[in-house]
Amino acid sequence: MKPYPRKQYWNEPTMSWWERAYLPEIMRGLFITGGVFLRNMGRWVTLRKGALTTYYPEETRADYAEGNRGKHVLTQRPDGRPQCIACNLCATVCPAKVIEIEAAFDPDDVAHPKYPVRFEIDYSRCIFCGLCVEACPEDAIRMVKEVPNLPTADRWSLWLTREELLTWSPRSDVAKPYPPKADPLTKEPA
Amino acid sequence: MMQDLVVYLVFIAYAVAVLLLFGTVLTWVERKQAAIMADRIGANRAYLRIPFTGIKLIWWGLFHGLADGLKMMLKEDFSPNAYDRFAYALAPWAVFTPVLLAFAVIPFGGLLVPGKLLSALPALSAWFGERAYPMQIARIDAGLLVVFAFGGLTIIGAMLAGWSSSNKFSLLGALRAGSQMISYELIMGATVIGLILIYGTVDLTAMVRAQSGVVLGVLPAWGVVLQPFAATLFLTAAIAENKRIPFDLPEAESELIAGFYTEYSAMKMGLFMFAEFIEIAIVAALFTTLFLGGYNLPFMTDEGFVLPGNHVAPLAHGVVVAIQLVTFLAKVLLMSSFQILIRWTLPRFRWDQLLTFAWKFMFPLAMVNLVVTVLVVWALHA
Repeated sequence: MKPYPRKQYWNEPTMSWWERAYLPEIMRGLFITGGVFLRNMGRWVTLRKGALTTYYPEETRADYAEGNRGKHVLTQRPDGRPQCIACNLCATVCPAKVIEIEAAFDPDDVAHPKYPVRFEIDYSRCIFCGLCVEACPEDAIRMVKEVPNLPTADRWSLWLTREELLTWSPRSDVAKPYPPKADPLTKEPA
Repeated sequence: MMQDLVVYLVFIAYAVAVLLLFGTVLTWVERKQAAIMADRIGANRAYLRIPFTGIKLIWWGLFHGLADGLKMMLKEDFSPNAYDRFAYALAPWAVFTPVLLAFAVIPFGGLLVPGKLLSALPALSAWFGERAYPMQIARIDAGLLVVFAFGGLTIIGAMLAGWSSSNKFSLLGALRAGSQMISYELIMGATVIGLILIYGTVDLTAMVRAQSGVVLGVLPAWGVVLQPFAATLFLTAAIAENKRIPFDLPEAESELIAGFYTEYSAMKMGLFMFAEFIEIAIVAALFTTLFLGGYNLPFMTDEGFVLPGNHVAPLAHGVVVAIQLVTFLAKVLLMSSFQILIRWTLPRFRWDQLLTFAWKFMFPLAMVNLVVTVLVVWALHA
């Protein structure tokens, strides 16, 4: 039987006689991988880290990009209460419908009587689009570089609650100076 | 008579323990070495917790092998409907048993004189008297031939597995396994003929003894020094014989799912895997015995070190035995590690390339090597 004619391509690989001899190139490959092995092994036995990956839940990557936005935070008023006024704009704009807010009334706070008693985000469905941050009229929700501690065995612990979202307490903030400056009109601390 | 029984039972227990240990530890070595070669950390999540405490023993993921074994034991032993029941059940054992048996003729240490070793216990020492045993389970003159005979038996297991599963992928895998293993067995045989010519024997113990001298004044008379070309070809053929990447065509998962053990599950499949890992150790042991001076360090004999220039440094019998046992294990571990390095470096062959490589590249080279060896041996003897 006539053998099937093999098609000739314009970019046929060409090999020199050295590469055709096979063994030298195999040796070269073994030296490369063996070199990597010895280098990394040398690092491990001298108590340094010989890997590019991380022990994920215990250790997170140090080289997250500056622009990474992996976690929501709720900003706080100087007394520690959330800036959020429970207007539900973020929950409305959210394309994945992951934000749930339960509002409550606080007669003692005349300026901001409406506040969230529950503010929860489902991280199993959040797509990290940042629309909630854009929608917020009060600069109450932001996204930060870190990622929440997500690895878990069940889907119900993927909800981040108000308490966890309120743990963000920056020493310095461009938008809001901490400690806050006195109000120029009333001369009272904001 | 009783003394022989005791000594050989100890040898058998040692050999089986070493093989099973290598089979288990090599799974861990394979995972970790692959990870380190690829800048990763590797499996490290399995742990044993000391009961009633919070102390977790992780030990760099060493217990993953244990978890694997447990998983294999507890999984459903699924078997297909249309299959040859007897051959199907027999196949894993037909692969596993010869692999264990091949180690019987490989010497893992020099001459053992229990009477000398146990001189601290006079009663026991007197019972053993002057008896001496080479450290090897079966002292057979045709040792090398026995290894090849058992190596040939594993083909039957692979073919049985593929045939009895009544699955096209299994059958294709088995056909590939058969043709590949027969081709490479031939090359293995052709490469060691050179060694047989040089040492003038197929007795593995005698081969190791012959390697404890020196050549050209300084180099140890190891097989790899006398026959470097044959050593390379032999190792390549042995890896092909073991059906590991780059020669894992019989179980090429992208083409044949899992080749001849597609239809096997639970511990039956585990036996195939276990046999593969033990065979790494067997190949390493065989290579060590034939080409790397066996259980001896360079310039070492059963009496002690004989350095070039006839400087003799005798050692106590116990020290020699300990050094030989440790040296053998260390060499086998190093060679196993080298095989794993190859496995994680090279990509898989294509099927026609595999057979072309065997018959048109390696076989002529082995023949050339043999002819040159014959001429040199003839010239030296004449």
